[in-house]
Amino acid sequence: MRDWQNAGFGIYVHWPFCLHKCPYCDFNSHVSREVDQERWRRALIADLTAQAQTTPDRSVNTVFFGGGTPSLMPPDTVAAVIEAIGTLWDLAPEAEITLEANPTSVEAARFAAYSQAGVTRISMGIQSLRDDHLKALGRMHSAAEARAAFDIARKQFDRVSFDLIYACQNQTLAEWRAELTEALDMAVDHLSLYQLTIEDGTRFGEMYAAGKLRNLPPDDLAADMYFATQEICDHKGLPAYEISNHARSGAESQHNLIYWRYGDYIGTGPGAHGRITKQNQRFATEAYRAPNRWLDTVEAIGNGLSETTPLTAEDQATEYLLMSLRLAEGSEMDRFTVLGGHLDNARITPLIDDGYLTMTNRHLRATTKGRPVLNAILRELL
Amino acid sequence: MTELSKIRNFSIVAHIDHGKSTLADRLIQSTGTVQDRDMKAQLLDSMDIERERGITIKAQTVRLDYKAKDGQTYVLNLIDTPGHVDFAYEVSRSMRAVEGSLLVVDASQGVEAQTLANVYHAIEADHEIVPVLNKIDLPAAEPERVCEQIEDVIGIDASEAVRISAKTGLGIPDVLEAIVTRLPAPKGDRDAPLKAMLVDSWYDAYLGVVVLVRIMDGVLKKNDKIRMMQTDAHYQVDRIGVFKPGMLPVDELGPGELGFLTASIKQVRDTRVGDTITHEKKGCEKPLPGFKPAQPVVFCGLFPVDTAEFEDLRDSIEKLALNDASFSFEMETSAALGFGFRCGFLGLLHLEVIRDRIEREYDIDLITTAPSVIYQIHMRDGEVIELHNPADMPDLTHIDHIEEPRIKATILVPDEYLGDVLKLCQDRRGNQLDLTYAGSRAMVVYDLPLNEVVFDFYDRLKSVTKGYASFDYQMIGYAEDQLVKMQILVNDEPVDALSTMVHRARAEARGRAMCAKLKELIPQHMFKVPIQAAIGGRIIARETISALRKDVTAKCYGGDATRKRKLLDKQKKGKKKMREFGRVSIPQEAFINALKMDD
Repeated sequence: MRDWQNAGFGIYVHWPFCLHKCPYCDFNSHVSREVDQERWRRALIADLTAQAQTTPDRSVNTVFFGGGTPSLMPPDTVAAVIEAIGTLWDLAPEAEITLEANPTSVEAARFAAYSQAGVTRISMGIQSLRDDHLKALGRMHSAAEARAAFDIARKQFDRVSFDLIYACQNQTLAEWRAELTEALDMAVDHLSLYQLTIEDGTRFGEMYAAGKLRNLPPDDLAADMYFATQEICDHKGLPAYEISNHARSGAESQHNLIYWRYGDYIGTGPGAHGRITKQNQRFATEAYRAPNRWLDTVEAIGNGLSETTPLTAEDQATEYLLMSLRLAEGSEMDRFTVLGGHLDNARITPLIDDGYLTMTNRHLRATTKGRPVLNAILRELL
Repeated sequence: MTELSKIRNFSIVAHIDHGKSTLADRLIQSTGTVQDRDMKAQLLDSMDIERERGITIKAQTVRLDYKAKDGQTYVLNLIDTPGHVDFAYEVSRSMRAVEGSLLVVDASQGVEAQTLANVYHAIEADHEIVPVLNKIDLPAAEPERVCEQIEDVIGIDASEAVRISAKTGLGIPDVLEAIVTRLPAPKGDRDAPLKAMLVDSWYDAYLGVVVLVRIMDGVLKKNDKIRMMQTDAHYQVDRIGVFKPGMLPVDELGPGELGFLTASIKQVRDTRVGDTITHEKKGCEKPLPGFKPAQPVVFCGLFPVDTAEFEDLRDSIEKLALNDASFSFEMETSAALGFGFRCGFLGLLHLEVIRDRIEREYDIDLITTAPSVIYQIHMRDGEVIELHNPADMPDLTHIDHIEEPRIKATILVPDEYLGDVLKLCQDRRGNQLDLTYAGSRAMVVYDLPLNEVVFDFYDRLKSVTKGYASFDYQMIGYAEDQLVKMQILVNDEPVDALSTMVHRARAEARGRAMCAKLKELIPQHMFKVPIQAAIGGRIIARETISALRKDVTAKCYGGDATRKRKLLDKQKKGKKKMREFGRVSIPQEAFINALKMDD
């Protein structure tokens, strides 16, 4: 058995276009008035076809349309891509097919068509249930519009998740607690709850560097918000199964679990990353980031990959650990060792003694105390 | 060999940035010593560090052939000397080898502390001094005022100061004429037994030790058997020559001449600067007075960041010491830092230069511990111990009293910053000795403890005066004071490399400042890290680095694995630059930055 088979095989489709760029977003997204749908559809399918040749005879467990804003894709493009995946590989009828969507009325109007196209799960970028925060975050929708879109999604799909961002400017702990509680009351079974992170290369990053991003909660308050998040979600039956992801048991994102459990995944579309095992070797793939460059390259040579890098045993072991320790279920030491990893007992033991990690049946887990400082733990371990 | 009357030997005295190296370049160029196409700026500063920092560390010599207006050709020997106080010793001995000096003063800046210190060396060496006003082409030049200042402050006649611009070449012929007409020719007796001064020596990878000599009497030839009078070492001369500025072999060197010899000497340490060189047979009877060897005054520990590089560090230190007899080292073991070296330097600049050269030329990352001076520990039983390292402090119950070195510091500063300078000197336990004015600038003389100066005094001085003050000092002796050893404990463990000697009255303030600084410098850990300052067993200051509460990446999906992995690899490398004390990692730069006080 190859290592990836412990986790499964998924396909990520990146749609790089947005109507406008949010100031906190460091994803590969671009604002473009004119998108030649026909060309993009053909290119995505061509790139998938090329990559399918490296992974023959596999079953696809999950598909994920991310972005950018994939809910700007015409439903027939989505349908064509899903259909192509079904031809290129074996796509199980129960496969999870997620599409990220902005919660506006325009997009909600397409939900039925996406469902028709084969999408089984919607992940909505609601980000906040408060209009002032939505405005500060540069979002184009109101809280009311988001709730309405959510209700429509809920009717169309069995599985709906949404994102919220906390530790926003001027946010208090009490406000976040109230907002989160409202979110949990919205018949939801999956939530992604992110602390606002100021990334370099974003507008917030520039403002922060210039001292113009005022009243961000101090580190201690942001930490308090994280701990409140855990407490409230635990209480409502949506514990964190990953650092920032909460679900009712059985409602976890199967696609994202492939990443965290370190399975194989194909990435198509501008800037998409992949992990692909060919024979015994795992490769990291990366596609050209600039949309037109990617498109032109696919049309010229049949695929849009800029890099295919073999991963050393040590790289794979590191990646497995850094991804899987994010999960409540943790990391299997046997897999880690087979991949070529080695952990010094002298490094693990103090972390276990101090309550940051547990080791049971060769299963290493970050505890509720350890998960919020996982970066520090990884620096200690590796 | 050149007739005595056709030789002029001289040095150039100047404050940093007043144009000494540029003037030397112009003299070399306009006498045709170096072809224009081979010319590069600061030709005599051969080390990268010298060029980059605009300082001269090592004295350099060049022989210029100059056809004067009287139709005669003269040999002009220039010794280019360092300007910085740390290398004052090198200046004073080089001055003994020449008869005159050009005193270069920036026509807009005027006389500075370094100008003063160096001109006094020239006066002590009985030099004829020719004042030269440089940068005369700048709009801010005030030649009249600066001439007055030279006369008032230094007390030499400046009425015939040569006005030049070394940058544009203006006035350079006048400088050359002044050297010939105003500086004296050397004296000496060709027929007397050989008497030569060992001015300097350095290691050359191809030739072994090269010795710079000034012939006083007699003649030195190739293959001569020579004797060093102080060390009584005997050698046979392999080569003799002069610097033009490259090494040019000659057949003999006669009285008044400056040149080099090589004689299969293995180490710079085998030669003693100031020694008298004579012939093995029929040697001269009375040696030259000689010089006191340079003594290191500032000490610090140098440790490799990566403990595996200890042997490389040893190797690099030994190599540097081959060429620098003024720098001392011995092995040191620190509980905190492992194996390293306790090194002695002439001053802080010397320390920085050596440290930079190790890091740069030998590619070794270093941890530098707090600089210390030599304390004299007077024990109850009458013994006096020289303490170079606070970590070696003997048991207090056996100590009668402690003495520390003091200096006389001369500071020249524009009037408007005088108050800040006085405050700085008072804060550093200074006693004012003198305060006079030269025009709108004050000259302040302070008696200060060296340990208050070695660390960041000069930086502070520059910052409170916006760079307008100049500073120089000399050692004046030892004095008793209430000194205590202050320890720093990190996570309840004493870190010996952070121990310092402080004045009792200032210990608490110093301790608080160091703890606060360390709190900024040491990253948060997953547990609370207390930082304490202690004297003996008594805690005098405390800070706590709170435990890290949250440090986790919010979003980490398929596209983030590569980036996260590379980030971890980078952090792993960064971690190598930290030292672990128990479970606490202290960054390498913390050892020195913890001492920087903002006053």
